[in-house]
Amino acid sequence: MTLMISHAFLQDYWWMIISLLAGLLVFLMFVQGGQSFIFSLPRNEMQRKMMVNALGRKWEFTFTTLVTFGGAFFASFPLFYATSFGGAYWVWMAILFSFIIQAVAYEFRSKPSNVFGTGVFDAFLLINGSLGPFLIGVAVATFFTGSDFTLDLFNRVTWGSGWHGLEALTNPVNLLLGLAVLFLARVLGLMYLNNSIEDADLGGSIKKALVRNAVPFLLFFLSFTALILLGKGYRADGVTGNVTLVQYHYLHNLVGSPVTLILFATGVVLVLVALWMGIMKNSRRAVWYAGFGTVPVVMALFFIAGYGETAFYPSSADLQSSLTLARASSSQFTLKTMFYVSFIIPFVVAYIWYAWRSINRKDITAEEMSGEDHMY
Amino acid sequence: MIIMIDNIDLSLVNWSRAQFALTAIYHWLFVPLTLGLSFILAFMETIYVRTGDVAWKKITKFWMTLFGINFAIGVATGIILEFEFGTNWSNYSWFVGDIFGAPLAIEGILAFFLESTFVAVMFFGWNKVSKKFHLASTWLVAIGANLSALWILVANAWMENPVGMVFNPDTARNEMASFMDVVLNPVAIDKFFHTVTSGFVLASVFVVGISSWFLIRHREELLAKRSIMIAGIFGLVSSLLVAFTGDTSARTIAKVQPVKFAAMEALYEGSSDAGLTVIGALTDSGERIGEKKVHDIKLKIEVPELLSIMTTGKADGYVPGIKDLVNGNPERGILSVSEMMERGTYARQVLTDYKMAREMGDTESMSLLAAKFKDKDFTENYFKYFGYSYFEHPWQVIPSVPVTFYSFRIMVGLGFFFILLFIFAIYFSRKMTLEQNRWFLWMALFSIPLAYLASELGWIVTEMGRQPWIIQNLMPVSVAVSNISAGAVQTTFWLFAVLFTALLIAEVSIMAKQIKIGPKHLEE
Repeated sequence: MTLMISHAFLQDYWWMIISLLAGLLVFLMFVQGGQSFIFSLPRNEMQRKMMVNALGRKWEFTFTTLVTFGGAFFASFPLFYATSFGGAYWVWMAILFSFIIQAVAYEFRSKPSNVFGTGVFDAFLLINGSLGPFLIGVAVATFFTGSDFTLDLFNRVTWGSGWHGLEALTNPVNLLLGLAVLFLARVLGLMYLNNSIEDADLGGSIKKALVRNAVPFLLFFLSFTALILLGKGYRADGVTGNVTLVQYHYLHNLVGSPVTLILFATGVVLVLVALWMGIMKNSRRAVWYAGFGTVPVVMALFFIAGYGETAFYPSSADLQSSLTLARASSSQFTLKTMFYVSFIIPFVVAYIWYAWRSINRKDITAEEMSGEDHMY
Repeated sequence: MIIMIDNIDLSLVNWSRAQFALTAIYHWLFVPLTLGLSFILAFMETIYVRTGDVAWKKITKFWMTLFGINFAIGVATGIILEFEFGTNWSNYSWFVGDIFGAPLAIEGILAFFLESTFVAVMFFGWNKVSKKFHLASTWLVAIGANLSALWILVANAWMENPVGMVFNPDTARNEMASFMDVVLNPVAIDKFFHTVTSGFVLASVFVVGISSWFLIRHREELLAKRSIMIAGIFGLVSSLLVAFTGDTSARTIAKVQPVKFAAMEALYEGSSDAGLTVIGALTDSGERIGEKKVHDIKLKIEVPELLSIMTTGKADGYVPGIKDLVNGNPERGILSVSEMMERGTYARQVLTDYKMAREMGDTESMSLLAAKFKDKDFTENYFKYFGYSYFEHPWQVIPSVPVTFYSFRIMVGLGFFFILLFIFAIYFSRKMTLEQNRWFLWMALFSIPLAYLASELGWIVTEMGRQPWIIQNLMPVSVAVSNISAGAVQTTFWLFAVLFTALLIAEVSIMAKQIKIGPKHLEE
């Protein structure tokens, strides 16, 4: 028996999966956020070692989620993959460079004869921790602000700016989301470190840093959200596909969809609760509230960008080159095949959770750092 | 008017190829060790759990340390490859993303998460989870690593033998029509087994070689002897499988990529009783096919008729040569490349006309032209040669014969050498005379770089041999590139080259130091 599922449903379904992966990716960027404190937070080498080992046991989840996010985008919306990656070359290359140096830094930093010294690999972690979240935030912001590209009859992309994506850094709205993601990652990183390391002195430093990072995060995030909701959005006509700029379009998408609104509101409340728990109560469980708040907020932002007759990857140079879910997607057959494959995701999440709990059952302590044989 | 392609910037194409080749070559320095060593770890830990002998735990942990160092840099180089399909080959990404993207996404969901989740348990879980859970984690890392190889090789195989798809003129791309055809593509099956088993061989040579070094230095004798026995058996079985799958791969290539196969054999003239050249030196014959040299094979050692037997199953089976395949051979039913170019050009013109009719809103012409893409005669006799329309000269379909010919022979020769190496390893282990045969220990140690050489040459045969195609018969490499400046790609090429080389130096240095330290520092 063949299940009849419409192409439009599958496109929406896969955008939901992409949004979920994006949400999980931002949550898991607590690793990057934590790395960005590698030189500023610890007061001694032991504290640095505990930090690096707490984060180092999770870096692969973020990395794998990023790779899967890319793979899922390629499979479900290949025209986005071709357009954005092939056009905004320098932005994506900068992001990739920052992740290459992260992957080796953990394993190499403390090994004898690592040629470049621990400091260089720690600097790699700092670069990845700062640049990675910021640039990913800037890249995602272009979903709302547009990019400088045109597509020809055969969907080949031509990028207008010779800066190939770096011009996105000149748009203040893009910078706001980049900074919001960076400071969110730092907040999540601090909360995660507080959750997994047992060290009173480090805990005190984390609490102070949490206040200093939560405030800019809220400022940048709220500014970005206000600007995109109150500004013009890229509306794609449902029948003709004609793309126009419409005032309050993203606001309409938010309030017009109960699911999106609930996700957004729930996520924001959970993040605020987490900040209150972390700052006022010094709660070690704050990271879970923040994490489970981050995922729906990011999903809601993606829903606003992609659903409701919207061009999710708009072209500021040529509105009609903008990508909608329908235009950029894979065929119905491929999306349906991938739909069945996606049923395995809950199983994947379950075993990740189980393995995570197994490893994190005991807090990281200075004593453990002296005894464990596989150490970063 | 054909408007599919304008001016091809050859400098951009070459730098894009160089960057992808650089990334792939570096990536493949680390992946095969991960594929094979993960199973060796699983075998060793299984013995530890079953016997309770803590020496096996110590041995497992030692190799696990080396595994970890190698694994990290493999992951680092791997992420670039996935994203380079988009950054450097965006026209390709759109043309085939509907098919090619799916295996990549499945790789992430099914394999990468399995690998990355349980690798953390494997490294850090010794004192946190039960023995059995830890063992299961080690096995799952091995399975995850090899599963990820499956999906990327399915994608790679599709590029060499595109199956299970239809062309959609509305979207101007190929779309998947049968997932099972893509997964069960004969090239994919051959490629998967040949590639992973070659990884097992490399890892086995690595373990035997390092263990031999310990024996040369009269150190860690228990670890070395046990490791040589495990890796020797695993390596021998894997080597035989590599030889078997190599044979089946060659047969498949002869069918689906005949020009590559002819280049591997430097076979210019087709023959009904083609012999297999075991060893030979290529010299310039002075003859040319277009701008390509024709080579003679000197100092040749040949097994008569064997090539015909291996490819067709018959001693008098016809094996086409490069000249047949370029100039055509009507007697054998082989079309000339110039004929294919004409047919491909016609197919591309039909597509262009269709797109123009759509732009103009000419529905009558649209429906007439769209019908062609459903017509069997058009798809099988014209559209099949779509990619040939991009060539200016028939000789452009010939890959580099010397590179393909020599790489193939060195790879095969080393493959047979490794079989011998593992036989010696097992024999001397059983006789308990490893230390007495120091020549063997030195040979095993110096075989490590040879294993890497053989492994890389395998990919050079595959990827250089299939030039000029990125997708066989459908898309040449030259039209697949992103529309960016050659200077941008040149810059990132050098950045990658410097970064990867620096990381490789660090990796080798760390690895050498850890081997020197040995397992003694490890607590039980």
